[in-house]
Amino acid sequence: MNPRNLGEIENADAEAEVGNMRCGDVMKIYLKVGTRNGEQGKSEKYIEDIKFQTLGCAAAIAASSMMTELVKGKTIEDALKVSRDDINEELGILPKQKYHCSILSADAIKKAIEDYQKKSNR
Amino acid sequence: MERIYLDNSATTAVVPEVAKKMAETMEKTWGNPSSVHTIGQEAKQMLDQARSEVADFFGAKPEEIIFTSGGSESDNLAIRGVVESRTWNVERGLPHIITSATEHHAVLHTIEDLEKADLIEAAYIKPDKDGYISPESIEKEIKDNTILVSIIYVNNETGAVVPIKEIGAMIEKQNTEYRIQNTEKILFHTDAVQAIEFMPADVNELGVDLLTFTAHKIHGPKGVGGLYVKKGVKLAQQITGGSQEFNFRAGTENIAGVVGLVEALKLVRQYSSSEQSESRSSDSSRSANRRTRTIKSVEKLRDKLILGIQNNVFDTILNAGGAKRAPHIANISFMNAEGEAIILNLDFLGIAVSSGSACTSRSLEPSHVLSAMGIPPEKTHGAIRFSLSRYTTEKEIDKVIEVLPPIIEKLRKMSPMKNLHV
Repeated sequence: MNPRNLGEIENADAEAEVGNMRCGDVMKIYLKVGTRNGEQGKSEKYIEDIKFQTLGCAAAIAASSMMTELVKGKTIEDALKVSRDDINEELGILPKQKYHCSILSADAIKKAIEDYQKKSNR
Repeated sequence: MERIYLDNSATTAVVPEVAKKMAETMEKTWGNPSSVHTIGQEAKQMLDQARSEVADFFGAKPEEIIFTSGGSESDNLAIRGVVESRTWNVERGLPHIITSATEHHAVLHTIEDLEKADLIEAAYIKPDKDGYISPESIEKEIKDNTILVSIIYVNNETGAVVPIKEIGAMIEKQNTEYRIQNTEKILFHTDAVQAIEFMPADVNELGVDLLTFTAHKIHGPKGVGGLYVKKGVKLAQQITGGSQEFNFRAGTENIAGVVGLVEALKLVRQYSSSEQSESRSSDSSRSANRRTRTIKSVEKLRDKLILGIQNNVFDTILNAGGAKRAPHIANISFMNAEGEAIILNLDFLGIAVSSGSACTSRSLEPSHVLSAMGIPPEKTHGAIRFSLSRYTTEKEIDKVIEVLPPIIEKLRKMSPMKNLHV
């Protein structure tokens, strides 16, 4: 049980908390968004750092950890594309009743990016 | 890695004496008891002998003991067997069964099934917050068309004990004083699967008509158990076919399994049976003292575990804490830590337990037992069941007390919830 990217980010650029009513698991993620020069020298926003906290079963913890590994370093656009199936595949296919844990972590990153976009449009 | 097994309510280790006796039987007495020849008759003799010994354990007659494949089958035979045993008087409405909301699924789902098929009406009694079910709460539900009451003796998740004797007395009173003539007697069934090891099991004292028991919770093999059926009670065969088991249950008898069951019961009597059955035993007072010591010593270790946990971990709840509980089970909720994660972390250290959390059930529903007691999801989320056996040592309990608090602390640190308190 060694999840990556565990913890909080102080003064995070975005935060999101998602809960799964089915089994009571709760996931919270923190984003640090950075700017860098991407392809063709265009400036792009990307996930500079990401941390998570989870109250849940092993599959929930694994799914959140895997999600953070998958989105870290990606542009905001690419991070939004990470789907529950991607997470599921990287984990090696969760058993059917644990599938909702990957949905939870996919929802978390989308919600966090929404939060970021709301904050940056102010 | 040294393994510490604290999930005896799920199943128990088969002890060497039992396995040895079973192997012997499989090698030497493999005949079909229905065969006329010697090989068959030797098997029949063994079966009859086993039946007598099981009957003796329960204070019953041999013809009142039916062997089955285990607890689930016995529950099905008892409940479906009663309902299908005759055509009920439809004028008075469908036959009515009273049971509890905290039954084992083998009873609960069977009754729900019959209800869905429009064969019965059912009442599911909710226990109090400690999992206790009073005779009065059952009596209130009795109607003219009630034919069966089925209540679990010791709850497999919380260890809460139901007052079977008092319920039996209440039903007897209903049957003799209040039932008008030509009304069927109410039958009383109890699932005693978790109770046999440490609780009184004399059927006359309990006042039951039907009692379910199984071998694999008392250090016997899986795949064999039985049903006590009081003389005169009619049951419709569920496994239909031949006329074995006094026409209650078809199928060539599982002699080796039954021998294993008998051996396991012998050991229960020797080590764990309660003070009440001491008087029936022909053992010397020395082994009687050993029996009482064992129940009390298991209880002591279980209580040491509870205290050790509560002293070293904050925000915990002992579920069913206010009720009388069997001596070997402790169900504890850890706030802000999830059940399956706790189980896995303990498993890495060789310790086996189970949980009532939604994540650990196949249906993703939290324990129906804890929910029926009114325990909310945020408290069942981190509920762990520790169930000891007569072989659990103090050293094992000390080890669990030592390694559990850091696990809970680690999981709580990982959690985003800061306000989940008792």
